[in-house]
Amino acid sequence: MSDLAISVRGLTKVFGGRRVVDGFDMDVPKGAIYGFLGPNGSGKTTTIRMMCGLLTPEAGDGTCLGFDILRQSQEIKGRVGYMTQRFSLYEDLTIRENLDFIGRMYRMKDRGARVDRALVDLGLAERAGQLAGSLSGGWKQRLSLAACMLHEPELLMLDEPTAGVDPKARRDFWDEIRRLSARGVTVLVSTHYMDEAVQCDFIAYIAYGRKLISGTPKDIPRLVGLQTWVVEAGEVGTLEAALKADPDVAQVARFGAMLHVSGTDEARLEAVRQRHPGQWQKLDGGLEEAFIWLMSGAQDNFAGPAARGGA
Amino acid sequence: MTLSLARLWAVLVKEFIQMRRDKVTFVMMIGLPIMQLIIFGFAINSDPRHLPTLVEMADTGPLTRAVLEGMRTSDYFEFQGVVTSPAAGDRALRDGSANFVVVIPKGFERDVMRGLRPALLLSADASDPSASGAAVAALGGIVDQAVADTLAGPLAQKAASPAPVQVTIHKEYNPEGRTSTNIVPGLLAIIMSMTMVMITAVAIVRESERGTMEALIATPVRPAEVMVGKIAPYILVGYVQTAVFLLAALWVFRVPFLGSWWAFFAGFNLFIVANLALGFLISTLSRNQMQAMQLSFFSLMPSILLSGFMFPFAGMPPWAQAIGSAIPATHFLRLTRKVMLKGAGIADVTQDMAGIAAIMAVIVAAALLRYRQTLD
Ligand SMILES: Nc1ncnc2c1ncn2[C@@H]1O[C@H](COP(=O)(O)OP(=O)(O)OP(=O)(O)O)[C@@H](O)[C@H]1O
Ligand SMILES: [Mg+2]
Repeated sequence: MSDLAISVRGLTKVFGGRRVVDGFDMDVPKGAIYGFLGPNGSGKTTTIRMMCGLLTPEAGDGTCLGFDILRQSQEIKGRVGYMTQRFSLYEDLTIRENLDFIGRMYRMKDRGARVDRALVDLGLAERAGQLAGSLSGGWKQRLSLAACMLHEPELLMLDEPTAGVDPKARRDFWDEIRRLSARGVTVLVSTHYMDEAVQCDFIAYIAYGRKLISGTPKDIPRLVGLQTWVVEAGEVGTLEAALKADPDVAQVARFGAMLHVSGTDEARLEAVRQRHPGQWQKLDGGLEEAFIWLMSGAQDNFAGPAARGGA
Repeated sequence: MTLSLARLWAVLVKEFIQMRRDKVTFVMMIGLPIMQLIIFGFAINSDPRHLPTLVEMADTGPLTRAVLEGMRTSDYFEFQGVVTSPAAGDRALRDGSANFVVVIPKGFERDVMRGLRPALLLSADASDPSASGAAVAALGGIVDQAVADTLAGPLAQKAASPAPVQVTIHKEYNPEGRTSTNIVPGLLAIIMSMTMVMITAVAIVRESERGTMEALIATPVRPAEVMVGKIAPYILVGYVQTAVFLLAALWVFRVPFLGSWWAFFAGFNLFIVANLALGFLISTLSRNQMQAMQLSFFSLMPSILLSGFMFPFAGMPPWAQAIGSAIPATHFLRLTRKVMLKGAGIADVTQDMAGIAAIMAVIVAAALLRYRQTLD
């Protein structure tokens, strides 16, 4: 038994002649929290679907919990909890009926007790008889999450599980994720939130169907080669405009009264600091800046192939 | 690989709950058959009376008068007048001002007396065969009666067989003698083809349209469990529809039920499953509920037109019969008519059952081939 929960090579998916996932490799160690990031339409959902056997890849192979993703999807499905990006429980069934149905699909022995426990943990015990479709967006997310964890899977694949969830619930959710991870459950989670990305053990960044970069949250900014300084100023607006016009600055992001100024070259950033006097401070981490930087690059890359395809 | 009955049962129960909560569809499932029965059973009168009729009289006398009077009192024929030439009669038939022209040939009375068995000619407008069928069928009896009445007494021996007057009918007419008694049993096949196929197709497509299919097939559930579990609840719907239909047919439309209940029961179960399988197949071809609906209606057209419901099967050209034979409704319609009207038993309908079963096997095979356990 290897110590990898997921190991895939060269996964490729073509939709209508377009390679929406292209030669994707990934190794996820057992018990890790693995973050999956990338701009909209980059192929995260498609990749996850291929790994749990819902889509057949055009090329590539790999294993999930030691089972072949092409031939043993039945075994994989029984051991994986997959939370879809779009709400996919039955809106015209009640909360309890939905959980009960999922429980039956996995043929759980102690179904009733587990459903009861899940309802209590969710804080929905009193509303168990309410139709799932009448829940608010965030509550639907939380219900889906509970549903995909009901059978205590060894591997969780969560596709933007916290989209639309309030900050308190998100924190509770991540506490739960870390608890599961400590117990040895592997979690693959796609997200657009940076505060969630930094909580992951590893991150893979995907754009236009290719994996661009992967590593620990600490490594990523270095791998991207981006340095970020924070500057505070009284006249933030004026300074922001000036910095944006500066050719040596790669990217400026505003955080309240502060500006995050990033660049790829040490010496040129030094020159920028000379030109614009103020309270400069080196930022360590800078994960969010790194991703914004990657994403602005990805757009250009996307425009390239599209333009070529049209010509 | 192992199929799980428990999982199948769970899908089935879930489907029932959803069915119960979907009020509009639920009402439609029961209301539609009743509405169709009323429309086809009452509004579409396939046994029309008082059809406009013209007479071309080349002779006259007591016998002629008796025949015409008999036709009039039968209520089928309504005399509009007299035409003086065959051309005028043809014209009236062509422009629709008359459905029938009765021709009393020259020397009719005299020839009957001499025992020459002259022919009484009835030209019928066959453009709507179902309209004229019953009237045409009744004519023979009317003429015989008139002859028997007129030739009573001294001329009675002339009335002995062979019949002293021949009745010749121009134009074809429906050999099955279409009446409301005939249409109502056929209607069951149409009602079920319509609702069963559509309801299943929509119920299954709804699953992918709402995105619930993704979560469902991410579980270890097997395609056969989904297929059977989703189809089975609608078998019950089929039972309810059939019960409603039978109540109306027997007590409202007074259609006889002469044959074996077992033959009927076996046949309609088979037919229900065939329709549900077709619905499943349609669902694998549709991307959304709207498409499923349209495809279901599309599949209904041949069932109405080529099954023998609308037009007599025997009268259709060979290619249409070939298509018709590939439709489950064709076989079920025959089965129902045979059982209800002609007193058939199980042994008489095995061929029809075999027909439905063969079509069903093809549909199920195609559906399972098309059904994906993935989202591709
Ligand atoms: N069933 C499908 N048929 C055709 N194209 C598809 C299908 N599913 C996805 N795509 C295309 O594949 C690409 C990747 O989609 P995917 O849903 O994997 O992106 P994503 O990274 O999950 O995006 P998001 O962050 O918005 O969820 C998109 O361009 C999308 O249009
Ligand atoms: Mg996605």
